[in-house]
Amino acid sequence: MSHVLVVYTDDEPGVLTRVASLFRRRGFNIHSLTVGPTERPEVSRMTVVVDTDEATARRAVEHLRKLVNVLEVQQLGSGGVNVVRDLALIRVSAGPSKRSEVLQLVEVFRANVVDIAEDTLVIECTGSLAKIEALVDTLRPFGIIELGRTGAVAMARGTPVSRKAAIAPLRTGTSSGSMSV
Amino acid sequence: MSEAESRTGAQLIWESLVREGVDTVFGYPGGAILPTYDAMTEYPVRHVLVRHEQSAVHMADGYARASGRVGVVVATSGPGATNLVTGLATAMLDSTPLVAITGQVGSGLLGTDAFQEVDITGITLPVTKHNYLVTRAEDVVPAIREAFAVARSGRPGPVLVDITKDAQQSRATLDWEGAKPWRHQRHLPPPLDQAALAEALELIRQAKRPIILAGHGIQLSGARAEVLALAERADIPFALTLLGLGAVPATHPLSLGMMGMHGEAWVNRAIQEADLLLAFGMRFDDRVTGKLKEYAPHAKKIHIDIDASELNKLVPVDVAIAADLGDVLRALLPEVPVADRSAWLGSIRGWRGDSAVRDIKNLPDDGHLYAAHVMHDLWRLTKGEAVVVTDVGQHQMWEAQYYKHDGERSLLTSGGAGTMGFALPAAIGAKLARPEAEVWVVAGDGGFQMTFAELMTAVQEDVKVNIAVINNGFLGMVRQWQALFYEGRYAATPILSPDFVKLAEAFGIHGQRVDTRGEVAAAVEGARAAKGTALIEFKVEQEDSVYPMVPAGAALHDMIRRPSPSVLAETGSDPV
Ligand SMILES: Cc1ncc(C[n+]2csc(CCOP(=O)(O)OP(=O)(O)O)c2C)c(N)n1
Ligand SMILES: [Mg+2]
Repeated sequence: MSHVLVVYTDDEPGVLTRVASLFRRRGFNIHSLTVGPTERPEVSRMTVVVDTDEATARRAVEHLRKLVNVLEVQQLGSGGVNVVRDLALIRVSAGPSKRSEVLQLVEVFRANVVDIAEDTLVIECTGSLAKIEALVDTLRPFGIIELGRTGAVAMARGTPVSRKAAIAPLRTGTSSGSMSV
Repeated sequence: MSEAESRTGAQLIWESLVREGVDTVFGYPGGAILPTYDAMTEYPVRHVLVRHEQSAVHMADGYARASGRVGVVVATSGPGATNLVTGLATAMLDSTPLVAITGQVGSGLLGTDAFQEVDITGITLPVTKHNYLVTRAEDVVPAIREAFAVARSGRPGPVLVDITKDAQQSRATLDWEGAKPWRHQRHLPPPLDQAALAEALELIRQAKRPIILAGHGIQLSGARAEVLALAERADIPFALTLLGLGAVPATHPLSLGMMGMHGEAWVNRAIQEADLLLAFGMRFDDRVTGKLKEYAPHAKKIHIDIDASELNKLVPVDVAIAADLGDVLRALLPEVPVADRSAWLGSIRGWRGDSAVRDIKNLPDDGHLYAAHVMHDLWRLTKGEAVVVTDVGQHQMWEAQYYKHDGERSLLTSGGAGTMGFALPAAIGAKLARPEAEVWVVAGDGGFQMTFAELMTAVQEDVKVNIAVINNGFLGMVRQWQALFYEGRYAATPILSPDFVKLAEAFGIHGQRVDTRGEVAAAVEGARAAKGTALIEFKVEQEDSVYPMVPAGAALHDMIRRPSPSVLAETGSDPV
């Protein structure tokens, strides 16, 4: 089963290595891991999707909390309580004979065409993991030439209590960028 | 020097160490750490020059285990730094607080494969609690202060601070207060979970056959008094892990002794029959559980450990509490009902059965010298008051079985990593931490040969440790497995040794050889009386095996017992 973890970390060089190393060493199977900046320059946010049972996911959370650079870890609940988004770029073979059919499908999936070449289209699609998989499956018969996905970015719906509590203890202006690996 | 005056990064390193209370460091110099060594002479710190950087870590580890203080290591870049890895892994697995400081090539050369450049922060990532690459003098103090805080806090462990040569040479002002560490407190355990405490109490109340599993965490938490108070109040016996030995006294009436692979059969049986396990600061290592599926099948389980990631890891438990053991027990104690569990204690006594008869220490002297005899005699002769530092192998298990440790921090041994070569350097560190203690090394002929160059460190530093080399001519523990599980094919386990008495002479220390039990007492006294470090070689029975034993993968009660005296009489020492 897949579990979604949101990990807030110091924005320092090497933090991604620490997190990835932890998952590798403990044998937690990463489905996707994305990282990016947040509303606060000194904090990064990772979304990690792990394929594992509930107990192992919980242990992954406890291991993450032992990393000095980790501010807080949230294990998002399953189902509709989260917004989970993935972005895909799909280069699909679409010569003149098939082009209109492909464009129709793009419409149905509310995706966008971002590049048009003689025999191919590049389609951009944002959505849940399921939606993207469905689009990919639908386009497969036309011939997918290249597929790139960002991996999931996730957020709980509503106002989760834990985040407010979690981020509060962060002090600013203490660590300098070059200090920590 | 006032705080406002600028200092070199090298000076800031020592300034930080001294302010953290460090008076002894273990190290080895080299190019990339030279500015730091150059500044050392200005500070009141004793530097112990080792013969190999791995030993520097083991010394710092022994120093920390013996005293509870943070051990400190200094080494150069490249090979100096990589030589630390085994020591760091050893400390990591046994939760020893250490700070290792390594020199690194100049920051401008990082990533160019410069002379003696290795990515030591990358290499040590999985064997440290945390590590730092410091490239500017102004980051030295914050990094070192935080390193100490991280090493000490929560579940302790080793931290490495890699400092580039230019960061050691350039200058910065000292802002001690501004560098106060705080990130190590991000994940302090939440307040005690009252519901979990209530559940634990209820389980203790209902239990008819409870048993405490006493681990290393008792020592790390300083919870000896609380554990004993709970055990006595509720009349609960305790079994110990290898690293738990000494955390609570071996000669206490409720002490059952060591559990697990080489624990006594009746102790393991007690665990298998128990209806409640109270696991205190231990982590259900495979060496203590045997086959997990059949582990303590009738028992409810309460697990208290400061490290939340240890809870429900291998053994699912009924009550899991991630907190400092002492805090939990202090909260529980007033509510724990006074009980009398003499029926349960009686059945455990019954299971001892003929164990004592089979026990080699009770057999008549047949002229052979057994390591078990040596350990038993050493315990008697030192009145159980020595700090014993053991290496890894059969002798380590015999020590654990026959030296009854009552005092806290009185047995230092590499449990989690099982690192051969640990004993001598760790003992030197222990002696420096506790000069008043009588420190004994118990090492095998194999492991001793891994690090015996440190004898010269002991001589140079004028440190007295007493050394018992248990010479069985084999990598004995491996030979035992070959005897039991590989049809006696002794591949690469016979090992030759130098003449240890002559070796002692070459190092300028007292040396003696013992072949019979009758000589043991005089030799031990001779070593104790010798002015400096002293070595005794005990030529013991070559093909003796450690019993009882849970074969790897078998259930905890499924033990190979000690051969009975009649079998012994027919076949000599080893029936296998
Ligand atoms: C560094 C290291 N290498 C290998 C081993 C595997 N090992 C465990 S016990 C042992 C034999 C130890 O022999 P010795 O030091 O003579 O002690 P004995 O078992 O004979 O008492 C070996 C090789 C180890 N634990 N550590
Ligand atoms: Mg040996």
